[in-house]
Amino acid sequence: MKKAQTKLMWLVTGLLFSSATWAEYGLNLRKGVTDYSQTAYDMHMLAFWICVVIGIIVFGAMLYSIVAHRKSKGVTPEQFSHSTFAEILWTIIPIVILAAMAWPATKALIQMENPTDEAGKPMNMDMTIKVTGYQWKWRYDYMDEGFGFLSTLAKDSNIARQKDSGIKPETVDNYLLDVDKPLVIPVDTNIRFLLTADDVIHAWWVPDFGWKRDAVPGFVNEAWTNVKVPGTYRGQCAELCGKDHGFMPVVVEAVSKEDYAAWVAEQKGGQAEEAVMAEKTWTKEELMTKGEAVYNQQCATCHQADGAGLPPTFPALAGSDFVNGPAADQIGLVLNGKPGTAMAAFGNILSETDIAAAITYTRNSFGNTAGDIVQPTDVKNLK
Amino acid sequence: MSHDSHDHKPKGFVNRWLLTTNHKDIGTLYLIFALAMFIIGGAMAMIIRLELFQPGLQFVEPDFFNQMTTMHALIMVFGAVMPAFVGLANWMIPLMIGAPDMALPRMNNWSFWILPFAFSLLGSTLFMDGGAPAGGWTMYPPLVLQGGHNVAYLVFAVHLMGISSIMGAINVIATIMNMRAPNVGYLNMPLFVWTWLITAFLLIAVMPVLAGAVTMLLTDRYFGTSFFNAAGGGDPVLFQHIFWFFGHPEVYIMILPSFGVVSEIIPTFARKPLFGYVSMVYATAGIAFLSFIVWAHHMFSVGMPLGGELYFMYATMMIAVPTGVKIFNWVATMWKGAMTFETPMLFSLAFVVLFTIGGFSGVMMALAPVDLQYHDTYFIVAHFHYVLVPGAVFAIIAGAYYWLPKWSGHMYSEKLGKIHFWWSTISVNVLFFPQHFLGLAGMPRRIPDYSTQFAEFNMMSSIGGFAFGLAQVFFVYIVIKTVRGGKKAEANAWGDAKGLEWTVPSPAPHHTFEEFGPVDLKKMAHGDVH
Repeated sequence: MKKAQTKLMWLVTGLLFSSATWAEYGLNLRKGVTDYSQTAYDMHMLAFWICVVIGIIVFGAMLYSIVAHRKSKGVTPEQFSHSTFAEILWTIIPIVILAAMAWPATKALIQMENPTDEAGKPMNMDMTIKVTGYQWKWRYDYMDEGFGFLSTLAKDSNIARQKDSGIKPETVDNYLLDVDKPLVIPVDTNIRFLLTADDVIHAWWVPDFGWKRDAVPGFVNEAWTNVKVPGTYRGQCAELCGKDHGFMPVVVEAVSKEDYAAWVAEQKGGQAEEAVMAEKTWTKEELMTKGEAVYNQQCATCHQADGAGLPPTFPALAGSDFVNGPAADQIGLVLNGKPGTAMAAFGNILSETDIAAAITYTRNSFGNTAGDIVQPTDVKNLK
Repeated sequence: MSHDSHDHKPKGFVNRWLLTTNHKDIGTLYLIFALAMFIIGGAMAMIIRLELFQPGLQFVEPDFFNQMTTMHALIMVFGAVMPAFVGLANWMIPLMIGAPDMALPRMNNWSFWILPFAFSLLGSTLFMDGGAPAGGWTMYPPLVLQGGHNVAYLVFAVHLMGISSIMGAINVIATIMNMRAPNVGYLNMPLFVWTWLITAFLLIAVMPVLAGAVTMLLTDRYFGTSFFNAAGGGDPVLFQHIFWFFGHPEVYIMILPSFGVVSEIIPTFARKPLFGYVSMVYATAGIAFLSFIVWAHHMFSVGMPLGGELYFMYATMMIAVPTGVKIFNWVATMWKGAMTFETPMLFSLAFVVLFTIGGFSGVMMALAPVDLQYHDTYFIVAHFHYVLVPGAVFAIIAGAYYWLPKWSGHMYSEKLGKIHFWWSTISVNVLFFPQHFLGLAGMPRRIPDYSTQFAEFNMMSSIGGFAFGLAQVFFVYIVIKTVRGGKKAEANAWGDAKGLEWTVPSPAPHHTFEEFGPVDLKKMAHGDVH
């Protein structure tokens, strides 16, 4: 009986200190799924335990002193005020400890910035993905394959996160950490990321990869990864980028190389279909239906679902002279954006069909009476 | 000259407070202003913690949330912590070095009275179309420039705060260099005076840098320049370099005087000289020097050459050495002393432990390869709140309890002080310790809503936050109660505390050390008596 008790006690203690339990309650850094994230985790634990040991020594000495050297015990205070030996000692020991931490940190950093393979040669990158941050979505361009798409907060999260939505976040799958279209990558592949932004600074971060990197407008940053384990990995924008900074998640699906090849083929098929769609003449009903979906996904965060906007930063579209004015002006603005404001240049982000549909929708909704329709070809001609 | 009033206090509210040139009255004004800002900035923190109490948006819109985080930081940094230390400097530096007043008393008045205007400008943006600045206290472009007309108000408010700080710093330096009693050498000065002398140089060095950076924001916003606009040939990251060249020394501006305060209090209640006085001075200077050459450790994820990242990592790690010296010296000061645990001592002991914990996470973040994980998460929120709240703010509170008898002539209630201490210390840890876990688990900072996996620790943190906020309202009550009455304080309120401030009566008369002459060096507060 007593043996069983002891066993149980050990089990509980073991669970308390095992990293598995820590991970379950989200107490500690994740080990992640790349070599780099494992290295970062090891550095983290090394630094952590060094801090714990130093803490025990320093706080232990302090606590002993507080208990033993108190006036109520009737001690007479010593009057010493320096010790050159002690002072030199506690200058040198920290330097040695820091050097011991700096060594592995230097190696890890070199592997992040100038990666080499096992033979010590500069690492060969198998593919390149360009990541562009927008307020408040990500665009992923597969540079070698020639296609790309936007990745935005998933619809159910987006509805639930509105103030007074009445929807409990617990009832939404992966609340705030889900997107409409995730980035898909193959496992066991050296992937180079080129990161930039179109409006303000964002930061692309997947904790399981072990790093985050800023996406700076006008500049291109570089990072890399090689995911070992298939799975879905979730992260978030990590640099304050305006009101919906908390609502632009990053979701990456790492799949086998075969599945990835199949997915790429599917995307390319979709692209061809898209090109056909852009050539055809749409009816108003078709444009309005598609436009409403595009508007709510891409435009409503700023201009609001009812077109009222959030003035003065995000102007109203409802009753706007501009939206009720010439269609060509509106197409131009949507294509090229408005520098110095949050209005992005959607010409590079959305398809001609999507732009035409969204513009048609705004010109015929929220009480706007422009009445005309914009065809994908109209957009194409102004590009 | 009229001699009917014994201490020559000016008559009437306007003469006494608005037109004052008296270092003690200006010190009091600074301290009251800082306390008011602490409560206002704290109220904003309560709104933040209220919204983060549960996942989902319940109380405020995301943009207002961002306004709160931005304004909370600006008000706490420039309105609460910095003015509180200037207040302590005004009150204590002349008393500690045997000077009749600050060297430049009229400028002293001006440097204080700029502050209410600066914060009125800043605070007025809350009521404007488009609201207050919401781009973070770091004011990174291009985001901050989307802020509408609050940009201009923000920039001018920062200019005014900078002017005030520079004038205050000039005054501190002029006073310490010229107004010491004739036999007081630099290495006779109490450590609080030393830390402030070094802080003042930091202020003069970096406040103009900040002013330059925000002026460039202003011209980018209104005059068509492109300092930070890549489309015009500028560089958004340039701002970050300039900002943190100011920002990192700024961190030490907020902590070096804390070191000074704690170095006065621990020897008093350990009844033992400060251990390693000279090394304390050198360590302070060393930290100040290092603070200028480590700024880009705030930017490890921004995209820097490998050499740059390595350099900033090594330089940052070096800060641990002089900081460690200070902590070891404080422990050695306690060692074999005869300690008692009045409220100022309790807050100082908590400072040593909790500031060290903030230092530990600082060393961890200095390691650039892992900082790519920690950066911009709640881990860093926990880190800088540990060094600023149970760090800087606890030191200010410790100083307030320590010198309140000297300022007011009354002893505070030790019982209430101890309640305030335990209440604050427990709640501050409930507030900030779980934020380490949140950050490690992947919660970014500055978000108004979060994934449900972060719910438990956020709720815990919020509960700690409300309790800590309430504790500080209690502190205001204790201060008001003590100023209004209480047990009469002796000249040397702590029995045998060292320091010239304890040689004048309590409350300190309106004018002290009027006759310029040598002082008793044996009464100066430090360790190695030369």
